[in-house]
Amino acid sequence: MSYSLTHLRELEAESIYVMREVAAQFQKPALLFSGGKDSIVMVYLARKAFWPAKIPFPLVHIDTGHNFPETMEYRDWLVKEMGATLIVGSVEDSIARGTAVEERGLNASRNALQTVTLLETLESHKFDAAMGGARRDEEKARAKERFFSHRDEFGQWDPKNQRPELWNLFNGRKHIGEHFRVFPISNWTEMDVWQYIYQENIPLPRLYFAHDREVIERDGAFISTHPEWVKLRPNETPKTMHIRFRTCGDLPITGAIESDADTVEKIIYEVATTRVTERGNRADDKRSETSMEDRKKAGYF
Amino acid sequence: MEHLVQDGKFDHHGYLNMELLRFTTAGSVDDGKSTLIGRLLYDSKSIFQDQLEQIEATSKNRGEEYVNLALLTDGLRSEREQGITIDVAYRYFSTPKRKFIIADTPGHIQYTRNMVTGASTANLAIILVDARNGVVEQTYRHSFIASLLQIPHVVICINKMDLVDYSQEKYEEVVEQFRHFASKLDVQDVRFIPISALLGDNVVDRSKNMPWYEGPTLMYTLETVHIGSDHNLIDCRFPVQYVVRPMSNEYHDYRGYAGRVAGGVLKPGDEVMHLPSGITTKVAAIKAIEGDLEEAYPPQSVTLLLEDDVDISRGDMLVRENNQPKVGQDIDMMVCWMDDKKPLQLNGKYTIKHTTRDARCVVKEILYKVDVNTLHRIQDIDSLSLNEIGRVKIRTTVPLFYDEYRRNRNTGSLIIIDEGTNTTVGAGMIIE
Repeated sequence: MSYSLTHLRELEAESIYVMREVAAQFQKPALLFSGGKDSIVMVYLARKAFWPAKIPFPLVHIDTGHNFPETMEYRDWLVKEMGATLIVGSVEDSIARGTAVEERGLNASRNALQTVTLLETLESHKFDAAMGGARRDEEKARAKERFFSHRDEFGQWDPKNQRPELWNLFNGRKHIGEHFRVFPISNWTEMDVWQYIYQENIPLPRLYFAHDREVIERDGAFISTHPEWVKLRPNETPKTMHIRFRTCGDLPITGAIESDADTVEKIIYEVATTRVTERGNRADDKRSETSMEDRKKAGYF
Repeated sequence: MEHLVQDGKFDHHGYLNMELLRFTTAGSVDDGKSTLIGRLLYDSKSIFQDQLEQIEATSKNRGEEYVNLALLTDGLRSEREQGITIDVAYRYFSTPKRKFIIADTPGHIQYTRNMVTGASTANLAIILVDARNGVVEQTYRHSFIASLLQIPHVVICINKMDLVDYSQEKYEEVVEQFRHFASKLDVQDVRFIPISALLGDNVVDRSKNMPWYEGPTLMYTLETVHIGSDHNLIDCRFPVQYVVRPMSNEYHDYRGYAGRVAGGVLKPGDEVMHLPSGITTKVAAIKAIEGDLEEAYPPQSVTLLLEDDVDISRGDMLVRENNQPKVGQDIDMMVCWMDDKKPLQLNGKYTIKHTTRDARCVVKEILYKVDVNTLHRIQDIDSLSLNEIGRVKIRTTVPLFYDEYRRNRNTGSLIIIDEGTNTTVGAGMIIE
């Protein structure tokens, strides 16, 4: 008799353990839902962790107003499928209130503004723990992130002042006004997430699968056209290509790749043979070598 | 990942059946630790093209002659500026046989707490020894930490063999030195491999320069070391983490006890005893959304249904009547202190977390601290400062259900929390 788990089962067990710790240690936790595959896997893990009870915390979506329609459609389907509660924080509302100011210029994006809306949403609902689907393999600054990441009253992350994390003992104690970001799938890699989606037969938004789309080539990436959000520059000509997206960020800044992968199996094959990290297609990370670290310090998840 | 692709198809079966090995690497700036990790990532084709381009550009900007593989594991900006690693960084790679998680920690004495943190979840420790210098102070320190944290497997990599002309004599001298010292330690499985991380000898590919070495490469060792017995499968321990109560018509009276198996194997029909009450009942079912499970073992997260209605909450434990953990409030343990602001104080009061149970405690006695470089015991002390390791007795406000750390890392470990700052200030490994 062999009592060993496959690595995916072990990662699953760890993530479920972390989610149950969150439910047990915090008064009002929430799960940050971006519509991307990592947060989708998180929702499915949460269902397993508490089944047959419903997921005991709401899904929080920070809507930039620039999401792909496919992401929104999927989000609403998933919330219904899970019987979960959805809370939407709107970047456009923050802009209307004047707490967030729209970026100007050629590379304007709403990525930085998300942080404002996220913090406002966490504060107004008095959430004391927000679970995110970040993984340590995504980016250098995340390699040292804890499962339980302490944030001060301003939502800031201080890389020098993080609690040691030993064994499976997670310390969620805090002062009033402080809160935690928790990352249950910290130890998963992109390939693990895809394999889990395959193994568990998890449905995904259509954006992830190869399809025909009108795009423009911008800064080495293929960006979807859009009548309002993507203003054509003088040298840009839209063309229809067979593409798919490796991440589901905001439409104006998420680059597509040329692909014929229209099933999870084909995507896995593609991921296994592609030699570019998935964030490599996101314009916001390329601004400087340490851009992720800067955004984390400001409260970006 | 290319290794998982054959004849244009991805090997799903292979990937879905891999095991997970967590290992730690302790080393200092100069002993080639970052180069070794870079080499493992590079030779196992775990580096993406954009990452490689980035480090090539950085190496070039710095005027370095070769691509500096150590840059792959360089983390936060402050560290890049200082050129050192100051925390625990986790790295990931896989081969067709296993997925690996590296807890990459700095090796200097001022980072003892980081090494302890990285070691707490590791199956295996890689300890680097510079072949030119042999076993030195930091080798003692790293080995002591591996032993204290009960890492099941230790691999001593004798690095920079290229700088000693791949000398067998030199290698054997280091092995002998280490064996002599290791007899004082509590390590079960120690292996030695002569390598050159810089040139790749015996890391992933077998060295042509050391025909006298007949053992496996480091990668082969990582892929094949037997980790099936690393968990305790004998003493049944189920700390209750969360009570699942659906409160729906369909599951009206359902009370599921969710938790992660901390030891032993549980099956439906098994008799279990509840602590602290001492009441016995039976496991009615092990529930999962996919269907009921036939058994549960570490480190699975499961939900148990019991036959009788017993009042059970988080922090309680299910065990077997004829194999119970120790139950008590007086705990004798080794502590590594992690707070840079305040030392551990005799008579000091703290909060502790042990399995899923919280308690408060008072420090009754500090017996000695260990000089981690010589293993000498220093007595007559009344505090433990940052990075110091010592033997401490505490009394807790409520009984803990515990085992010796060397018997079970899950039920033998606890963390100490400062009640003012709420930060984690100490790690405890229970002796009795």
